Amino acid sequence: MNAPLAALPRKALAESACGASPVHESAVAHVTGQARYVDDIPAPAGTLHAAPVLSPLAHGRLLGLDASEALVLPGVRAVVTAADIPGDRWLASFAHDEPILALDEVFYAGQVVALVVAEDERTARAAAACVRLALEPLPAVLDVEQAHAQGHYVLPPVHLCRGDAAAALAQAPHRLRGRFRAGGQEHYYLETQVALAIPHEQDEWTILSSTQHPGEVQHWVAHALALASHRVRVQCRRMGGGFGGKETQAGHVAVWAALAARRVGAPVKLRLGRDDDMRITGKRHPFSYSYDVGFDAEGRLLALDLTMLVDCGFSADLSGPVADRAIFHADNAYFIPHVALHSYRCRTHRQSFTAFRGFGGPQGMLAIETILGDVARHLGLDPLEVRRRNLYDERPCPAWTAPLPPGAHPLPARRDTTPYQMRVEDNVLPALLPALAQRCRWHERRAAVAAFNAASPVIQRGLAITPVKFGISFTATQFNQAGALVHIYTDGSVLVHHGGTEMGQGLHTKVLQIVADELGVPLERVRIAASDTAAIPNASATAASSGTDLNGRAAQRAAAKVREQLAAFVAGLDGCGAGEVRFAGGWVSSPARRRAFDEVVREAYAHRIPLWAEGFYRTPKIHYDKATLTGRPFYYFAYGAACTEVAIDTLTGELRVLAMDILHDVGRSLNPALDIGQIEGGFVQGMGWLTTEELVWDEQGRLWTTGASTYKIPTAGDLPLRFRVELWPQPNREDNVFGSKAVGEPPFMLALSVWEAVRDAVASARRRAGLPADGPLPLDAPATPERIWRACHAA
Amino acid sequence: METPASPPTAAPPLILVHRGRVRAVPGVAPDETLLAVLRQRLGLTGVKEGCAAGDCGACTVAVADEAPDGTLRWRALNSCIRLARSVHGCAVWTAQDLTADPLLPGDGALHPVQQALVTHHGSQCGFCTPGIVMSLFVLDQQRPDGAPVTREQALRALSGNLCRCTGYRPILEAAQALSAQPPARADAARLRALLRQAAAIAGDDAAEHGEEAPAYLAPRTLAALLRARRRWPQAVLVAGGTDAVLQLTQQRRRWAQVLDVSRCAELARVLTVADETGAGRLLRIGAAATLHEAFAALQAHWPALAPYWERFAGQPIRHGGTLGGNVANGSPIGDSMPVLIALQARVALAAEGRAPRRLALEDFYLGYRRTALAPDEVLAWIEAPLPAPGEPPPRVAAHKLSKRFEDDISAVSLAIAWRLDEAGRVAHVRIGAGGVAAVPARARAAEAALLGQPWGEAAVRAAMAALQREFEPLSDGRASAAYRRAMLASLLWRTWLAHGGQPDGPSIRLDEPHAAERLLAATEVRP
Repeated sequence: MNAPLAALPRKALAESACGASPVHESAVAHVTGQARYVDDIPAPAGTLHAAPVLSPLAHGRLLGLDASEALVLPGVRAVVTAADIPGDRWLASFAHDEPILALDEVFYAGQVVALVVAEDERTARAAAACVRLALEPLPAVLDVEQAHAQGHYVLPPVHLCRGDAAAALAQAPHRLRGRFRAGGQEHYYLETQVALAIPHEQDEWTILSSTQHPGEVQHWVAHALALASHRVRVQCRRMGGGFGGKETQAGHVAVWAALAARRVGAPVKLRLGRDDDMRITGKRHPFSYSYDVGFDAEGRLLALDLTMLVDCGFSADLSGPVADRAIFHADNAYFIPHVALHSYRCRTHRQSFTAFRGFGGPQGMLAIETILGDVARHLGLDPLEVRRRNLYDERPCPAWTAPLPPGAHPLPARRDTTPYQMRVEDNVLPALLPALAQRCRWHERRAAVAAFNAASPVIQRGLAITPVKFGISFTATQFNQAGALVHIYTDGSVLVHHGGTEMGQGLHTKVLQIVADELGVPLERVRIAASDTAAIPNASATAASSGTDLNGRAAQRAAAKVREQLAAFVAGLDGCGAGEVRFAGGWVSSPARRRAFDEVVREAYAHRIPLWAEGFYRTPKIHYDKATLTGRPFYYFAYGAACTEVAIDTLTGELRVLAMDILHDVGRSLNPALDIGQIEGGFVQGMGWLTTEELVWDEQGRLWTTGASTYKIPTAGDLPLRFRVELWPQPNREDNVFGSKAVGEPPFMLALSVWEAVRDAVASARRRAGLPADGPLPLDAPATPERIWRACHAA
Repeated sequence: METPASPPTAAPPLILVHRGRVRAVPGVAPDETLLAVLRQRLGLTGVKEGCAAGDCGACTVAVADEAPDGTLRWRALNSCIRLARSVHGCAVWTAQDLTADPLLPGDGALHPVQQALVTHHGSQCGFCTPGIVMSLFVLDQQRPDGAPVTREQALRALSGNLCRCTGYRPILEAAQALSAQPPARADAARLRALLRQAAAIAGDDAAEHGEEAPAYLAPRTLAALLRARRRWPQAVLVAGGTDAVLQLTQQRRRWAQVLDVSRCAELARVLTVADETGAGRLLRIGAAATLHEAFAALQAHWPALAPYWERFAGQPIRHGGTLGGNVANGSPIGDSMPVLIALQARVALAAEGRAPRRLALEDFYLGYRRTALAPDEVLAWIEAPLPAPGEPPPRVAAHKLSKRFEDDISAVSLAIAWRLDEAGRVAHVRIGAGGVAAVPARARAAEAALLGQPWGEAAVRAAMAALQREFEPLSDGRASAAYRRAMLASLLWRTWLAHGGQPDGPSIRLDEPHAAERLLAATEVRP
């Protein structure tokens, strides 16, 4: 087993909280059931409950709504429709293309048309089922290929081209063409979406929301209620999981609760049942790929033409940046000289697909890893060797003298530049990948698996290593900012406000460690306040893995500022330089004297020294031109690699993931236990996306997988028996807090090794069956038993 | 008596043993879930609703009661789909109670299960955590002194708990770390005393009621149950409720009157009895026996079925659901019926004033979720013939295919019981199939293709073809019709490979326990 407790450093340095592995700041509250989520917080007396009325049609004209049957039920207070919206009836989202409640048309089965407000949740839900909708069906687009064929897009297509892919493909010694699809993914945060909207005097509001982005909830609610933002305060103590699903999607729920509360003039809670949550909210974008790849006999990529049809659902939501990130990661860790990347943002009559851990990165990287697997198999080469040969490095890029097609970027001088013209300066993969191969005994196991497969008629095994290179920063540069407040009270206790939110990832714990170290006090002296728009304005979403990078640094700066104020005060008392005053272990020491931190605080207060400060951070170096899709969208890259071994049953297609070895780069770890938790959780979630988690819609476009009985996320039994995680020992080469690297999303893509291992096993099964296996395989993701079985036997 | 949304009539207080005392909760409706009572009436918001369908385990609580033999029965139950009144008189714990219950050791400190989860970084968002705590708490109550917690036990205990954050590794390690210390058990003597005190207050729901319709009936005897069934035929018949309650939580129904069979003593038992000829023996499983209890009995007689039962739902469902409920529910994808059909099981249907009638299980099903149960009848027992002394027991094999190994619903299931004569011919064969018809079905054509034939590839192939001919499976989100049809053949072929075929290569089923260990051992690369 990986990460046995004994192996975790108890304390990296004698006096440092950063680098040690203190438990999650809410761990005791979690296990004792004391940790409160929005639905657990005692609601004000008189709180009512809302339930949504959903469109049963994927596309239709809304002719009318009959709520008479619902309104007569005991306990029902009101039915809320778009007519009750005082402000803009369209949500204040980026593209401004989503009605808050359906107007005259419904765009997907599950769209919220109205809300029923009642005295209790059960009555509200029962009444919602009694509201009759008059709908006239309209033709629905339910398939991404159909949407593309009809030019049915939510946003214009994007093309990123470098060199001349068509010409280079024509000249390439080897060439493969393939198509495949990847399914979406339900977040399945254990806590469903929930908000409590509380109206106060003078049109002031408090919204308790399970959200990754309180600032956006504030903005959206104010917009819908036609209020200035300063009248709306949004708070979130914690979420029961987010994974991107509570980035924009929480905003809808909060707006609905607020509208209902305004309508009835009382606090309203809206908590979605699991089935409604799955029907209403967006999920990971499904992708459909077609590719044409040229390569040499050693497996080096020469040219790639890749088309990604992105199923965006009915509205744009975050689909633009998600699809962009898929483009930015379609290279993963590999230099491809000539590329033509085409991304179509298709509009279908389905849930509006949204942010989900990796944010398009997994879909982009799935394409190139699949292609490299195909290339290696086509040439009969070791797939790890093929991947190594294609890694970004410093070698020169062969020149291309022919004129380029219009709009194409020129080839770079060296093989270190991405298609979006960012130099890869911090690449650790040339060292990391062989290190993992050695630790997991890649070559020996390849041979052992081949020998096993040769003698096994039913069970076939597969082994794969895939690397991860994931860009860290919001691609929209403006979001890469954060603020924090550090308050010291006169008893010496410290309270930190920052703009991030806690969804389980341990952000608050890491910020706590950072601030404790900055002030030289024990962890117990510091608490993190609930996220609150009244404390930190305009905070970005806790997303893009950037929570600690941004908020941690902002909190560090705020803490440093208070410390400097205290140091100057102590220096004045002791007649020394402020730089000579040290803060450590709860003590403040000058060359003259050592005082308890609490004592210094008391004295400073008495001398009217400010005991609080704000900190602000903006990520340096990044810039990005949306028009040309070039620049440096990422401050740095996080790297990692995973080796996975699987077994499949060729009779049934059943799959078992047997073993997994990970070597992952978190820079200098702020908290190894939390980082390993993110790596393991991300890997297992990625494994679910690629194996058991299949979203199914019926022919009418209604989601069929509306609960855990039909939608299967991994269980404990799916955990590979051998599961080893190690951290790459080097600090971030960029100046990031503590030398750490972001860890939220990158490990998700380690699970691409599961996909490649499955395909390795399928290829072996096909060879045994005398079927072609030297190129693209007939397998789509997720690799369910049925799909694996078909892939083993399809001609 | 189902009405869409009208609130049902009130009932006497719900009696619970909670935190070392007997507690009365007034005004609990017959169709109120235990989760709703705990969260809304007792303020125990540490119990979470993740799915309201018994699929995620966030709502798991521990429930203890006294079995008829006086032993304490510990169960982990999904409170989201458990009717609150079904635990009338029982002791209940949530994660919030473990530091507040005077019956537990530790004097308010974290329970060892809680401490282990903290120490091992077993919580991230924390929302699934209270349920995981309770699954492991029940494991800790049940394990013998000095017995370590193995990985298999931990996986079994956690089989009904989903976690979306951690990837489970630290949770499994926390569970196994319990091995280092003795179980932190509740004080059994005080608990028994409290349960008896609660029982005295709770009274007997089977007592004669006046003319007014009682909202919640839980008769203690079969006679009282049958009388209530005849008198209140409109009452919703519930055993463990693990499927029925979904009508409340998923379809937003309300029930005005419930007839709960789970307290009926005769129906809770598992017995070995003589058959009607007096010559043979029957395993008689009461319809109110939990899945856990029923599987233990079936497994004792047919050990080869053990891995199949492990894949039936998650542990809280196995603790809460009943075999009778699974059978009576009649879902074509219910997992117990194909096996019971292969074992030649019968159902005994009882009504007041008539002798129980018996039907072969395959004849009990009339159509999609339609059974032969009359409005005044109750499914009383499921009876499977046991091999006569000296007779070789039939071989059995059971297979289940689903997207996920654990806690998933079958796309296809197939169970086979067969016996060979001395010449190696098939002297007896029964095949049950699930997921391939509107009802759990017996594969008569495939049986005919095998019966009397030498057990070998030719007969198996003929039976595979017959199986594929005799069913018309449907396509749904679990699997396509074509896959289901192909799998009927694959699963029979797999049976042959494991029982006579496949001279080369290892015979490993990926759903078997220790499959991963065996496979990794087969290619172990030594440093």
